[in-house]
Amino acid sequence: MTTAAPDPKSSRSNPQPNPPQPNYVAKRKEQSKFEKFMARLPVHVAVIGIALLWTLPTFGLFISSFRPPDALTSSGWWTVFANPFEFTQFTLSNYQDVLAQGMGQAFLNSLVISVPATVIPIAIATFAAYALAWMDFPGRQTIFIITVGLLVVPLQMTLIPILRTYNVLGISSTFLAVWLAHAAYGLPLGVYLLRNYIGSLPRDLIEAAAVDGASYLNVFTRIIVPLSMPAIASFAVFQFLWVWNDLLVALVYLGGNQDVAPVTLVLRNIVGDRGQDWFLLTSGAFISMLVPMAVFFALQRYFVRGLLAGSVKG
Amino acid sequence: MNSNLSLILRALLAIFIGSAGVIGIFYALNILVEKLLPERTRVKVLPWIYVGPAVLLLSAYLVLPTIRTFYLSFFGNSSEEFVGLKNYIFVLTAPDTLITFRNNLLWLVLVTGISVSLGLVIAVLIDRVKYESIAKSLIFLPMAISFVGASVIWRFIYAYRPAEAEQIGVLNAIVTGLGFEPVGWLVNPAINNFALIAIMIWLQTGFCMVLLSSAVKGVPNDVLEAARVDGANEIQIFRRIIVPMIMPTVLVVSTTVVVLVLKVFDIVFVMTGGNLGTDVIASRMIREMFNFRNYGRGSAIAVILLIAVIPVMVANIRRFRQQEQNR
Repeated sequence: MTTAAPDPKSSRSNPQPNPPQPNYVAKRKEQSKFEKFMARLPVHVAVIGIALLWTLPTFGLFISSFRPPDALTSSGWWTVFANPFEFTQFTLSNYQDVLAQGMGQAFLNSLVISVPATVIPIAIATFAAYALAWMDFPGRQTIFIITVGLLVVPLQMTLIPILRTYNVLGISSTFLAVWLAHAAYGLPLGVYLLRNYIGSLPRDLIEAAAVDGASYLNVFTRIIVPLSMPAIASFAVFQFLWVWNDLLVALVYLGGNQDVAPVTLVLRNIVGDRGQDWFLLTSGAFISMLVPMAVFFALQRYFVRGLLAGSVKG
Repeated sequence: MNSNLSLILRALLAIFIGSAGVIGIFYALNILVEKLLPERTRVKVLPWIYVGPAVLLLSAYLVLPTIRTFYLSFFGNSSEEFVGLKNYIFVLTAPDTLITFRNNLLWLVLVTGISVSLGLVIAVLIDRVKYESIAKSLIFLPMAISFVGASVIWRFIYAYRPAEAEQIGVLNAIVTGLGFEPVGWLVNPAINNFALIAIMIWLQTGFCMVLLSSAVKGVPNDVLEAARVDGANEIQIFRRIIVPMIMPTVLVVSTTVVVLVLKVFDIVFVMTGGNLGTDVIASRMIREMFNFRNYGRGSAIAVILLIAVIPVMVANIRRFRQQEQNR
């Protein structure tokens, strides 16, 4: 369970360059290559089959989101492949409709919620991880053990008291309420990941800087943060996807306030109120998936690393 | 157009305030301490400035509310009247909450069992093909999709049309294509739980595969070669060498999935609203909170969830202690 786990994309074997061989040997080899391929055919079939099966649901939704509302409810999405080059069977109107239904505002709200709800815990967790790893003060071990324990506390355990406090303070249905809640719920994982990473940085480096008269803040900004970037990136991707995809926290703390509702909440309301309007559901779902999918494809490496480093989160 | 622009500007402003605010606070406090305090007290105070906000947030949002919820679970629906163990007795004996426990058990066994074992098989197979990384991405992709998004995707797959109409859901199209009556996947109480569980398996298998795959790659090549030389076939190698060697990772992955499944809420909430015998513990809690306004019972359910994850918590702390000793 370290961050230095092998990259899942790298493959294990390095093929040796083949030495030049006489003609007949090469021929025999080709034969055996074909045999090898046949022997492995079940593996190929299984892998490709599963990959296709796993992609099919999302692909079906994607195709459907471009079909006109009446076509959507009268025939299956696979019928478009009867004549795939007839582009008149596709339209962007579903997207226009769902954006007008509040999805555009919700998209902005999701951004407004997710970015600070990622930045705040990163800042707090990195500072705390630095102190826990390299500063000496009473209770630091206890604080860290409690943090590890908090990793798996179901956040359901905290909903009722916090909601009540928010109502008393009058900050429920505000961005601040969800920023702080998400920041706190993400902190145990962040502190845990970053403390392990920062604690494994070379001691000499940090002590040398201290001897040179650098202040703690200088050490932090010049050495700790740049060197911990991989771990920070892992946590950032993890937290961002978590917050963007969250429904529970938004549902409880933002309540029914449509002005601040994120995409997940609006999408769930469409399911509840207009569950038979497939043209809204398909395009809405796809809009809600755009950002996380982009983040996923661009930063998959960091996401995987974060997962490998220990991913039990409340 | 103008109002759109102002909306976007306001969003950017909110993002900036939220993000820069927290960093600004740290800097300001730091400068304050470095300027105002003498060297000796500074060394004592500074760690608390760094670790303080984290401690504050964790206490305010996790530790104290957890204690408070525990306390509230002994009170009535509006938390005024002390009722002792009544909430727990209700939760553990009422027929419709007992169904949630049965369902959660079903979820735990099926999701954990299937997604871990399927993930393991895929991890081993995928190691042998050249297009490994793209196949992995495709299977892993659902991890990036929200539970709500996944629910919409699968609602479409499970869509039901009467027998005479043309089916728009893939599953019922296949079923009717084979000459059977279309199935109400989400309304038939004999199968709707399995239909929901399938969604979670779809979401989690990629996660299991990615973690197990990196463990499978960690099995030394010469061990595998030695076994092959000794005449072991691939299935024997899988069962006798690979599985025992990656057992620790299998356990970690399984507990992660178990914790996640215990708290599953979104899928049930969006797909069926917990009706038709599909309720699970976490969605039941939200219903107690919002639909029935019974905070006592809601709290009791949350406490039961917490008790269920305590073994995982203890195991985590123990593992962490061991790690620290090995440093």
